[in-house]
Amino acid sequence: MDLNDTPELAAYRTKVRGWLTDHAQEAPPREDVAERREWQRKLAEAGLAAVTWPAEYGGQGLGPLHQVVVNQEIGRAGVAGIFDVIGVGMLGPTIIAHGTEDQKQRHLGPMLAADEVWCQMFSEPAAGSDLAGIQTRAKRQDDGSWRLSGQKVWTTNAQYAAFGLLLARTDADVPKHKGLTMFVVPMDAPGITVRPLRQISGEAHFNEVFFDDVPLPAGSEVGPVDGGWGVAMTTLMFERVAIGLGGEGFGWRADRFAEALLADPAASDDPEVQHRFGEIASEFLALRFTGYRTLTALQRGNVPGPEGALAKVTTIRAAIAAGELLCDVLGPEALADDRHGELVSDLPGLKTAGGTEEILRSMVGERVLGLPPEPRLDKGVPFSELRVKVAS
Amino acid sequence: MNFALSDEQEFLREAARGTLGRANTLEVARDALDGGERPDLWPTAVQAGWPGLLIPEDRGGAGLGAIEAMLVFAELGRVLAAIPLLGHLPATYLLGGWDGAEALASGERRAAYVPAMPGDWTTDPREGTRRASAPVLDTGTVTGEVAWVPDAPGADVLAVVTADGTVAAVDATDAEIEPVRRYDATRALGHVRLDAAPATVLPGADPTTAWHLAQALLAAESLGAVEAALERSVAYAKERFTFGRAIGSYQAVKHELVEILRRLDNGRSLMYYAGWAAQDRPDELALATAAFRTVAGGALDHAARTQISVHGGIGATWEHDAPLYFRRAQLSRRLLGGAGSASARVARELFEQAA
Repeated sequence: MDLNDTPELAAYRTKVRGWLTDHAQEAPPREDVAERREWQRKLAEAGLAAVTWPAEYGGQGLGPLHQVVVNQEIGRAGVAGIFDVIGVGMLGPTIIAHGTEDQKQRHLGPMLAADEVWCQMFSEPAAGSDLAGIQTRAKRQDDGSWRLSGQKVWTTNAQYAAFGLLLARTDADVPKHKGLTMFVVPMDAPGITVRPLRQISGEAHFNEVFFDDVPLPAGSEVGPVDGGWGVAMTTLMFERVAIGLGGEGFGWRADRFAEALLADPAASDDPEVQHRFGEIASEFLALRFTGYRTLTALQRGNVPGPEGALAKVTTIRAAIAAGELLCDVLGPEALADDRHGELVSDLPGLKTAGGTEEILRSMVGERVLGLPPEPRLDKGVPFSELRVKVAS
Repeated sequence: MNFALSDEQEFLREAARGTLGRANTLEVARDALDGGERPDLWPTAVQAGWPGLLIPEDRGGAGLGAIEAMLVFAELGRVLAAIPLLGHLPATYLLGGWDGAEALASGERRAAYVPAMPGDWTTDPREGTRRASAPVLDTGTVTGEVAWVPDAPGADVLAVVTADGTVAAVDATDAEIEPVRRYDATRALGHVRLDAAPATVLPGADPTTAWHLAQALLAAESLGAVEAALERSVAYAKERFTFGRAIGSYQAVKHELVEILRRLDNGRSLMYYAGWAAQDRPDELALATAAFRTVAGGALDHAARTQISVHGGIGATWEHDAPLYFRRAQLSRRLLGGAGSASARVARELFEQAA
């Protein structure tokens, strides 16, 4: 067991740290989108973005550990990272894996430089954990172009995005996983409406996106027509990798919560606080070292499996408990605090984000423990015959 | 970076599983509960080389580290093996430089660690919540009482941590050891009384690390028991049918089993953390081992109860193995400072770092 850098990685870290030290004063505040995009361009030019993309598409062609070094050094420097995490971390790699050469040449460069921001349009009001239940329809026209109608939700960055990667139903007469296709969608196409979606905190971190007979040119498909499920699985695999690489990306760490609790000088001597915080902090520490185990597996060429979902469950569970403890200790004032209050408000939704806790537990139970599946009423049934509509 | 077991460590674990697989330890645990004699498994441990695991090679030991000891303990815990290593290994960590270390390494003689908690050097009380003072060292002798000492009965040498944090070796024949069995028949405990017992002070012995090591071993043992409880429960959930379905297909059952896996996996990560800290980050050892005990102990509490409920009525009967694991969980959380001292230590370590 060794968490030290190899000499090669240590040299890389020195290089990354040197660049960040020289340029830290150019880093923008985290809220300013235009400056964040400019900062992403600089990071990309310095080779500190798309570290694992192949060199021919503007990446560095390096391994996951190099990406981790970059993440760690950006965290250490206390500067913002790239703006388009979803594009560069998940959608770009999906296009690299499944897109045509034309799509790669057209899109990857501007994505990396943040000239064009991307959004991911998978979830719908009635298709979240059961993603294959999506109802947004893409209909092929005689000239090979497409018409798109439907609605997406929980779309981060849709208001800034030039393009989105969208999963739509192209054949409703086959079982639900089989009639889906992935598309590149220009967000300025006629018929697209983006609306901010406010959450418990009052902030709008997400959007709803509506499609009213939106024209898409022929060749907008990514991967085979009706083969979109496999493409979506690639995206979600990269999502798991990204989470594995940036496990502490939310900044929820045992040491930071300890610091926050010390705002009350009496807290650290209180036996109840010690007991509750000890239990919570132990889970955060476990997550940190689970991250190193995942990285070791990645480094050996293994793809993170469904058990990675457990890390998400632990993260949310521990963060909910930490938010509760903080507010119990600091009192009502903490709920009004920007950081603590937003933490408490965001977590109920995050329990559902990226797969509800219940669905994740079922998936892990079936795929990791080999437990028998729930009876499935949708198996082999054409999508058009399924009961999927939202009650309205 | 490499945060995985080495081939040698995997081999050590598999060898331990093989060795213990031949020892019928669960049957022994059941017989012991019915008042039966526990066969002496020490020769098995000796043959496997476990007594000398932590003793330096030049004193006849294997010179291995905390992670290897934890891997062996996880295997002991899986099958509830009644082998007195929880007393012996932390003691040998303290006695590695002592004259008699070779005999301890070979397993010819057995040692027991008479613990005291770092900080105020107190010991677990026989009853209640007020912690007791550790024995006092005075002109070459020690005097005092320590309750609930793991594996004290039958030990030849005691590594006694005293009230000022000094460590002294005491010949067990100079101590009064009252054997006690409570609830978990596989766990040998003793109340140790020392009345001006002749003591050899061990300069340089580190009672703080010994405590953290003992916490880690108890946690590793718990983690192994969790693994076994999960495997047994999953197997049963696949073969037991109700309302025409395997019970493991019901979310209510499935999610509880996944909760065991979640805690087990967190525990495994912390076991590696504890092993890595012992080797590379001694200043994080207290935090790592306390966090490991907190998570592994909680995992065993949960797994032991879930194992019973997944098995339905039969799981709560004398004839089933599930109660043996439940008894192990119940007693373990109350030994060596108790589960509460571990979670509190995690918090205090982090508060100190943050202050």
